[in-house]
Amino acid sequence: MEELNNSITMQSSSGSACDTTPAVAPVPRATLADAIVRRKRRWGEWLVERGIFLVSLSAILMIFLIFVFVGREAVPVALGRTNNARSQKPIAASDIPMLLPEKLAAYLGVPVADLKGFDADTLKQLVELKAQELQEISNPDARLNTTSWAMMLLPHRWHGYDTPEYIWQPVGDIPKFNMVPLLIGSLKATLVALLLSIPLGVGAAIYVSQLARPAVREIIKPTIEMLSGIPSVVLGFFALIVLASGMQAVFGYESRLNAFVAGVALGLTVIPIIFTISEDALSSVPKSYIHAALALGASPWKAAWQVVLPAAVPGVFAACVLGFGRAIGETMVVLMASGNASIVSASIFDSCRTLTASIAAELAEVVFGGDHYRILFLLGALLFAVTFLTNLLGDVAVHRLKLKLEGRR
Amino acid sequence: MDKPNIQPVLQIRRLNFWYGAKQALFDVNLDIAANCTTALIGPSGCGKSTLLRCLNRMNDLNDAQRIEGTITMHGMDIRAPEVDVIELRKRVGMVFQKSNPFPKSIFENVAYGLRIQGAKKNHLEEKVEASLRRAALWEEVKDRLHDSALALSGGQQQRLCIARTIAVEPDVVLMDEPCSALDPTATAKIEELIQDLKRYYTIIIVTHNMQQATRCSDFTAFFYLGRLVEFDTTDNIFTNPANKQTEDYITGRFG
Repeated sequence: MEELNNSITMQSSSGSACDTTPAVAPVPRATLADAIVRRKRRWGEWLVERGIFLVSLSAILMIFLIFVFVGREAVPVALGRTNNARSQKPIAASDIPMLLPEKLAAYLGVPVADLKGFDADTLKQLVELKAQELQEISNPDARLNTTSWAMMLLPHRWHGYDTPEYIWQPVGDIPKFNMVPLLIGSLKATLVALLLSIPLGVGAAIYVSQLARPAVREIIKPTIEMLSGIPSVVLGFFALIVLASGMQAVFGYESRLNAFVAGVALGLTVIPIIFTISEDALSSVPKSYIHAALALGASPWKAAWQVVLPAAVPGVFAACVLGFGRAIGETMVVLMASGNASIVSASIFDSCRTLTASIAAELAEVVFGGDHYRILFLLGALLFAVTFLTNLLGDVAVHRLKLKLEGRR
Repeated sequence: MDKPNIQPVLQIRRLNFWYGAKQALFDVNLDIAANCTTALIGPSGCGKSTLLRCLNRMNDLNDAQRIEGTITMHGMDIRAPEVDVIELRKRVGMVFQKSNPFPKSIFENVAYGLRIQGAKKNHLEEKVEASLRRAALWEEVKDRLHDSALALSGGQQQRLCIARTIAVEPDVVLMDEPCSALDPTATAKIEELIQDLKRYYTIIIVTHNMQQATRCSDFTAFFYLGRLVEFDTTDNIFTNPANKQTEDYITGRFG
């Protein structure tokens, strides 16, 4: 009994009561106290943790930098600071000495520094040439700033046209930067892709997760997931050569490459995304729901459709939002299969040109820093904003749905 | 064994059941009397839940299962190939160990079974109310029928599951340890409910709780290692068991 008391006092006063403790078990207790009290630095773990933290930070930084870069190039156009109108009054050569060099440089469209290198004769020649050029302009559209928001979004009756039209024609005497045909093109191809891939992807997910026998599931699941491993250029090639001709033969439409062909090929890239995420969501619905439905006399199909699918709706919805993001951002397939004609048409059987395909096809050939270059970056920023917004709205919607289903609204 | 002389609803004859290579039930013979509560007791893994799941063929969901013997309901073999398992499950309802309401409103939970049977919309509300009243839940939920069922307490959820099961008017209600996740107050309510419900339905309840079996069952079957050891009226089993193993189990010497 005395021993027990001793050991209790020893515990409470930790290692200080060494003299009074009996020789039975003091050593392990003292080391235990030491071990707990002295905090050890686990350097390896600390290092790995910091490393992972830095890597994840750099990923966020990269996204931010990309956004800043794309945004910076697009800012002058977005804020309406660019002007490509040729509306200046001709300047007589005799007026040269009276002009500020800045104004003259702007008039001639050359940097101020270059201006200083010119001798008087060259300068005179340049001014005369410019005046001649301005007088020769017969097209009234040259006096328009085609890089303004109004010109980029609203229809305009161009010189020689009978009606106002939306035209994307960035290269030419009068560059036309109307984005509407590209927006319509992107939306058409995406719409076709989603109309195809949401029913197929979600349907396959319901079948695989709820109805298929395990042996069948083991075949179908990896096969669909393998679709996502096909490079988009190969899919585009397939659409361009095989799908386009095949579907033209079946549907008998006029233009061989169009939004429909592109959308179908795009759908093939989106199906695995929608399938995989939906299947995950459906599989994680508690089995107890299914059992309850079956025990009430529901057929497996009814249980899947009426009980499992509603319970998995947040996940399925998230899958569709991600599928949309992939479809609208996909480039290679639409570049190859859409026909790339920037026309405004409601028919999915007409060719279309998407935002992404325009950027990919045109960016390599633009004047660095020019209006066309900046507008392509503006398209990129627009694309970024659209996917960002859909993801954000999708997230909010999914969150609300979850709360509602869990009865916490 | 002295069999009850009431007309049996279910007759189980020489039932053997395997999960893969492991045999879970051995030559079980059992008659379930109409409008009575039959309790299945025994230590864990003795096959009582397996037997329960044979009665509405929920075991069909298990791939590696094999079954021999006959189960007849009102003289009809429920395992015959022409039997529609979906129709069978409408006649033999089931309440699970863990309450599992659907993530829908209280009303929709009870209405679900009626809807899949094609109930008319104007009958729906009446029947939902009747079922909730019968499950002694109506007074507690009548003002929030359209709130999520998941917001109910555990005991209320389990009574909701019972209401959902009896809404489709089954002949037999199977209960697989319905109170094992509930506190004593909620358990008492469910036991009271079981007493009340046997007027309308034949109830088979699996339980680990000896007191529960004595409180709410008319007949008790004791299972051990997949065999039916003893089957008698609950009074006889608990006051005068014929078998030594039964006596040991109910007095708490093993289990």
